[in-house]
Amino acid sequence: MTAPMLEVENLSLHLGEGTRRRLILDGVSFSLKPGESFGLAGESGSGKSTVLRCIAGLYRHWTGTIRLDGEPLAARPEKDRCRLVQMVFQDPYGSLHPRHKIDTILAEPLRIHGMGDVDRRVDRILTQVGLGPRFRYRYPHQLSGGQRQRVAIARALMLEPRILLLDEPTSALDVSIQAEILNLLADLRTELDLTFLLVSHDLAVIEHMCHSLAIMRAGRIVETLSRETLAHGTPEASYTAALIKASERYDRELAGVLARED
Amino acid sequence: MTTSTDPLLSVKNLRVRYVSSRGVMDAVRGVSFDLGREKLAIVGESGSGKSTVGRALLKLLPGSAKVTADTCRFEGTHLLDLSPKAMRKVRGHRISMILQDPKYSLNPLMTVGEQVAEAYRVHHPGARAEARERALAQLAAVKIRDPEHVYGLYPHEISGGMGQRVMIAMMLIPDPALIIADEPTSALDVTVRMQVLAILDDLVKERGLGLIFISHDLNLVKSFCDRVLIMYAGQVVEELKGSELDEAKHPYSRGLLASLPRLGERRERLSVLERKPEWLIEGASR
Repeated sequence: MTAPMLEVENLSLHLGEGTRRRLILDGVSFSLKPGESFGLAGESGSGKSTVLRCIAGLYRHWTGTIRLDGEPLAARPEKDRCRLVQMVFQDPYGSLHPRHKIDTILAEPLRIHGMGDVDRRVDRILTQVGLGPRFRYRYPHQLSGGQRQRVAIARALMLEPRILLLDEPTSALDVSIQAEILNLLADLRTELDLTFLLVSHDLAVIEHMCHSLAIMRAGRIVETLSRETLAHGTPEASYTAALIKASERYDRELAGVLARED
Repeated sequence: MTTSTDPLLSVKNLRVRYVSSRGVMDAVRGVSFDLGREKLAIVGESGSGKSTVGRALLKLLPGSAKVTADTCRFEGTHLLDLSPKAMRKVRGHRISMILQDPKYSLNPLMTVGEQVAEAYRVHHPGARAEARERALAQLAAVKIRDPEHVYGLYPHEISGGMGQRVMIAMMLIPDPALIIADEPTSALDVTVRMQVLAILDDLVKERGLGLIFISHDLNLVKSFCDRVLIMYAGQVVEELKGSELDEAKHPYSRGLLASLPRLGERRERLSVLERKPEWLIEGASR
């Protein structure tokens, strides 16, 4: 029995003040073994991205426990956490500094962490994400969406983290480009022995990428299921079943059922 | 003279060319299709020209775009010959357009009900009280449960799915014969998407409208649309029945389908699309 790489226990989060204070996450728990790929699925507002933001340190006032490689997140110094876990965001047009060259974007984490051998590391990572060193001195606006997302993945990998948090990494891309990015991520996971936590609204993407997944709704986990259960369409919760059906095809009858439940 | 067997819309060799100081760009290169009272999908990746086709039909493209066609006939009139004034009578009244994101397409300073009523008043000036009645009825028709309440809400107070229903209500109130929907459900969650599609589906069946459904989502159009046009680089590379999309023959269509992850059909790797220069040769496919 291997110790979990990432463990989330009873994670809760409130946002807002006074009467507008809302419970955004309500007792979320799951855990990932080293090298595992785990998906969080759900509709907008279900809290799936918020879970990633808590782990990435973008929210700090959550309650519960998050353990990275056995040690509570709260006990780890900030820099230590960054070396262990990195995040890739949804929108490759918004997540790269428009006035920094790719070189600056990729070298920045190395500079902050006092890591040497910058030239070699930047070249190597650019090759690893399938772009090549010739992209070093370009600006993000000279790149296509797929190329930008490759840069965002390269940046996340600069500090050689063990865990990648992927927040809808392909939802802004065309399907043919999505296939390239998903293949790249799968290759990197094997090559670098990474652990993935992937958020997506697209169940087919999650089935393709993840060993198991949790379905979220209104800040809670409705159900945790394996890839096989998802593929066979045999979940326990009726909400999961409806979500799977709605993802597969347009169905006039199901639309009627959903409208009544709404 | 139109008879019931004539198509609602007939387009032959539609071309859109942008001329600028940087050169000439052909966005749409000879697209032809007929539309009856059915759901026709135009699918393709970004930059394939699918949205440009929709906008060209409504003459919504900027002045730098040069639109030509051998035929572009709708209900017996040639759309491209119409004066701007005559076009305003068609646009919104006979042909409506539904856009992708209700967040950006609704006026944030007007209640949604007033916006629906305004769409009626544009074509029926002066009828204020009647417009309100019509707007309420139309909101109910798109399955909004409490129209009186929703009428007075502002766009920021309603959800994305509700916003898209309001947009559809607005487009329907002048009673158009043709709806052009440009990615109407891409911003919506799957369960909400299903309900919005059902509304469009029922409209086509019950009122006999024609629907042009512009989308990048192959999985969706397969089960939703009667016919599918697949566009690549401004051309239609293949035309199929929606239900037969999986039997597509053109290498581009096949490549697109193969690059798509599908539930219950997992493969170790997704195939990556190779783009061949010969696909760009005009007239090669049709």
